[in-house]
Amino acid sequence: MILARVVGTVVATRKDPRLEGRKLLILKPVSPEGKDEAGYVVAVDTVSAGFRERVIAVSGSSARMAEGCKDSPVDTVIVGIVDEVCLDV
Amino acid sequence: MYLGRVVGCVWSTCKNPGLTGQRLLVVQPLTPERKNTGKRIVCADTTGAGAGELIYWVRGREASDARLPQEVPVDTTIVGIVDSLHIKRT
Repeated sequence: MILARVVGTVVATRKDPRLEGRKLLILKPVSPEGKDEAGYVVAVDTVSAGFRERVIAVSGSSARMAEGCKDSPVDTVIVGIVDEVCLDV
Repeated sequence: MYLGRVVGCVWSTCKNPGLTGQRLLVVQPLTPERKNTGKRIVCADTTGAGAGELIYWVRGREASDARLPQEVPVDTTIVGIVDSLHIKRT
């Protein structure tokens, strides 16, 4: 999984029927310290994340294991909102 | 599977129900020479690994199989703690 920050939303009218009712958000990957990293990704939201919130995103076919995404054509899903990251070393 | 070191942990209260009860750790991937390589990632844990420990982790769809028959939405999972490494250089 990666850590990322919500930086925007995506609106789509014509889409696969299995994506209907799903919230799509634009994520910017971040380091554990909170610094922005390269790239963007569009993810399906299952936890009602909000703008600028730090989240955990799972990608690949494991993303379909998330509750509410079974048999959906998705490859990146937000599965948690980060309360805190603790770096020990 | 890949080598890594546990460098931190992640707290998340609001999460997908499939992640309930999972430990989430921050892992720095390592080369066999124990040098840092690549970005730090968040891994689920099945071994009880602690801070600073050398571990190996699995990536992709198989990562969620570590908790079978439970289906968990994870793409990286720690599946073992490394006791020792031996590399023969020729």
